[in-house]
Amino acid sequence: MLLSIGLPLIIEKLVLIVVVVMSSLVIAMYATFAERKVAAIMQDRRGPNRAGPFGLLQPLADGLKLFFKEEIIPNLSSKFLFILGPCLAMLTAMMTGAVIPWGDKVHFFGRDISLQIADVNIGILYVFGVVSMGVYGIMIGSWASNNKFSLMGGLRAASQIISYELAMGIALIALLMTTGTLSLKEIVQQQQEHWYSWNIIKQPLGFLIFLICAFAECNRTPFDLPEAENELIGGYHTEYSSMKLGFFLFAEYINMFLSSSVMVSLFFGGYDIPFVNDASLAESIGTNWVALIHSGVFLFKAACFLFLFMWVRWTIPRFRYDQLMNLGWKILIPLALINMLATGAFILLQQNNWHF
Amino acid sequence: MQALTNRAQQVERKPMSLLERAYLPAIFRGMAITFGHMFKKRPTINYPEVTRPFSPVFRGLHILNRDEEGRENCTACGLCAVACPAEAITMEAAERSAGEENLYREEKYAAKYEINMLRCIFCGLCEEACPKDAIYLSETFAPANFQRKGFIYGKDDLLIPHPITEPEAHAKAKGGRVSLK
Repeated sequence: MLLSIGLPLIIEKLVLIVVVVMSSLVIAMYATFAERKVAAIMQDRRGPNRAGPFGLLQPLADGLKLFFKEEIIPNLSSKFLFILGPCLAMLTAMMTGAVIPWGDKVHFFGRDISLQIADVNIGILYVFGVVSMGVYGIMIGSWASNNKFSLMGGLRAASQIISYELAMGIALIALLMTTGTLSLKEIVQQQQEHWYSWNIIKQPLGFLIFLICAFAECNRTPFDLPEAENELIGGYHTEYSSMKLGFFLFAEYINMFLSSSVMVSLFFGGYDIPFVNDASLAESIGTNWVALIHSGVFLFKAACFLFLFMWVRWTIPRFRYDQLMNLGWKILIPLALINMLATGAFILLQQNNWHF
Repeated sequence: MQALTNRAQQVERKPMSLLERAYLPAIFRGMAITFGHMFKKRPTINYPEVTRPFSPVFRGLHILNRDEEGRENCTACGLCAVACPAEAITMEAAERSAGEENLYREEKYAAKYEINMLRCIFCGLCEEACPKDAIYLSETFAPANFQRKGFIYGKDDLLIPHPITEPEAHAKAKGGRVSLK
């Protein structure tokens, strides 16, 4: 039988899915807290510090508050789509986590369990597909609100994500030419050898383009035009209240975390511990401990990216719409194309035994 | 047009160089600035846990003083009320009867003593006018209240706690600043 799916496999995957979903929710929760803290300390303030020690219970209090608020569905909105919007935003945000390798493998009950929900061989294409679906949540939600500001926010979101996905895709093609695979697991494994086998060394320009596009995909400053508070009164989530608003805001943080994870996997060696030989480490302390350290290292790298997202948000002002489009179409796409062609030429020359 | 001062500067409008148009160096410089702010000292204090000290000449809520034996100093002479520019003080005098010597220091005392904290401008002239050291401005300010009548402080609000029966409350009300003669 081609697909041998046994009960242990199903249980193993279910546990993994629950763990990944829960942990990305918790991380997104604390990302909201971290955002407020980072904003505060960058502005010489203190930030939330009243709820629990160091204000650590603040995200719980925020979530509770959102749940208890009144749910308002505007009279003239299309009710079904109005509810569907935040659901879709949340759903697509969570789905990306399925193909990210959070660690190598653990050994439990005589089974090697891979710390990746689905090792599909088109992993990165799946990420792209899901991420571009993310705009539907925003688009549908804003359209259903029946509010001109929401609609403008939604349109901006759609045009921005479509424009930047192009450059992102082309930047990625260059990376895929060097790795030769679409599977995220293999891409990560290729980077395990040395610290200089990380793809950031091979594709610095590609990484820069990818990073900028990731900011745009997550609707983060300086690309936060869809929600531009001071122009559009909150943009696509103007009409939203209670937990539906919470889902939109939450989806942004989950998106941030997962795009950080994708960038770590693609460019920064995934769960690779720099300067450490993993095989010898596994021999000395056991596979499971190494897996734990791997996941920790992965999360640390992702957290650094999350910090970068916040750092940039509290530094740079928002683009004007025409600047946004200029940057996307006239700068990033040509740059990505040049990067792709140069990479291709380099690989061809190397294959024909041209050594530099 | 002739310049009025020599401080006028010609605005340069030359096109940006390639490096400037890349924006990234400027962005990195901006990010360095925000990063630097993470290590700056924050001026905020954690208010309810930490309070800033009042200035030594702060004029806050009034207290009606007692002497060391806990007898009220005020003789209801009315000089404070006369001195008050905001006309915030009213009082009614009464004569001390036999057996009240431990309550009031002199033969006359204030049966009623009210300060309207909404009128009071905390100028401290009552403190200066008092010949008996009976009224002082302390180191706290009037707390918020829902009603106007809550701001009319009677004797029970103003009187300092008894120095013998409640020494801690007395010391607290007296504060570190007031040097009672």
